[in-house]
Amino acid sequence: MIEFEQVTKRYPGGHEALSEVSLAIAQGELVFLTGHSGAGKSTLLKLVAAIERPTSGHVIVNGQNVSRLKRAAMPYFRRNIGLIFQDHKLLYDRSVFDNVLLPLHIQGLTGQDAAKRARAALDKVGLLGRERARPITLSGGEQQRLCIARAIVSRPALVLADEPTANLDEAYANDIMDMFRAFNQVGVTLVISTHDLDLVRRYGGRALTLDHGRLAA
Amino acid sequence: MKAWLSHNLHSLGIALERMRSAPLATLFTVLVIGIALSLPAGLYLALGNFKQVAGNLHSQTEISVFLKADVDAGRGRALAGRLQARPDIETAHFVDRAAGLEQLRAAGLGDITTALPANPLPHVLLLEPGEASPEGLRTLSEHLAGLPEVELVKLDADWARRLAALMRLGEDLVALLAALLGLALAAITGNTIRLQIYAQRDEIEVARLIGATDRFIRRPFLYFGALQGLAGGIAAWGLIALSLAALQGSVSLLATSYGTTYAIAALAWHEAAALLGASTLLGLAGAYFAVGHTLRGLDKA
Repeated sequence: MIEFEQVTKRYPGGHEALSEVSLAIAQGELVFLTGHSGAGKSTLLKLVAAIERPTSGHVIVNGQNVSRLKRAAMPYFRRNIGLIFQDHKLLYDRSVFDNVLLPLHIQGLTGQDAAKRARAALDKVGLLGRERARPITLSGGEQQRLCIARAIVSRPALVLADEPTANLDEAYANDIMDMFRAFNQVGVTLVISTHDLDLVRRYGGRALTLDHGRLAA
Repeated sequence: MKAWLSHNLHSLGIALERMRSAPLATLFTVLVIGIALSLPAGLYLALGNFKQVAGNLHSQTEISVFLKADVDAGRGRALAGRLQARPDIETAHFVDRAAGLEQLRAAGLGDITTALPANPLPHVLLLEPGEASPEGLRTLSEHLAGLPEVELVKLDADWARRLAALMRLGEDLVALLAALLGLALAAITGNTIRLQIYAQRDEIEVARLIGATDRFIRRPFLYFGALQGLAGGIAAWGLIALSLAALQGSVSLLATSYGTTYAIAALAWHEAAALLGASTLLGLAGAYFAVGHTLRGLDKA
């Protein structure tokens, strides 16, 4: 599903976020990405989602070489990936329901079919009762769950989550991890970055540790 | 096809919603566009009306043909008859020298005429040409001057030529004004769209991250530009109609003083359709350039 070959990412200014990282993640895996802050976790996820391009090396996702992806092909590539952001990136000028509807509209799905799927996604994250609310009125945990609903509503094969439990207390964090495990059980590949090693220990699964941009053994 | 339609309706809905959410700003922009468009459209209309009035004047152009002193009334009448038969002459009217003197007296110049020992006037033919173009008039008057009975042909062709030149100038002015203010319309729309894109950059960023194509992002803005242009065109139409209604009173007064009546011609349906079509297209064009340019700018940021 995901393959990194000798990937280096250097930002303008010379900071090297990733250095010669090689890794492979198979379809259906649940992988934790750990490491101190600034270790390169976010950069790695951004490279997978083609938000950043590698300075050298190859990133291959779903059989596509991300660095050679044409601008016109980018939207269709992104539609196979569900992105969950640490800062949620919700749209605050519209309802919870409309936030979840957006990916479906982008893919050309409108009307009753889209509404049905959006409700199903909200139901999965336990926000069905809040669909008319504005995202700003939701708690941090609820906003994170809304972000998850938006990421999974178009049923992507790969979900990337950047510190999804960072600002949540343990009960909320466990809720969200249970959700991720449920997705994984129906075949979704998940890559979750976290600096919470307890969480990784509790849930098991494969862990990749980054240290100053290098993959620790 | 159905998906395409629902996509476009969706984008149209978003554009309308954006207009509705800022009614005052939308109103002002539409008004500015309307005023900008009503200037060339109004001038065009004024020119059309002026042409119509001037056209009536034209057909009243007269050529005065003064006959030689030794030509008697009989030869003069015969010449009038011959000229009348020409296709480029509407009417040829023979004015006897005695009748001419009468006319002068009637015009209040009796004092001068009584002081003269004899009638100094020649016989005159008053011709109303059928054709009013300056070139046609010149050829006709040259032909008339060549006739053996004719002493002098008096044709004030200059004013006809000047009027035609003035009309040309007016038309050029309309075209120039239309081009300039059309550009202004596109620029106004472009700027509105640019501000909107900056206001919506979060949404655009998120939409990009979850797989929106450029077309998907662009479409609501294009609809917005076209709608705003259309609304501006309708505003211009309304402004022109209002101005005409306001002017009709004074125009009637002016016409009455000339002993006629005149109703100002409003924009014909096909002209109004052209106005609305052009304003919509210009709005769309402004939006298109602004969206392309601003989105590329956001990409770099």
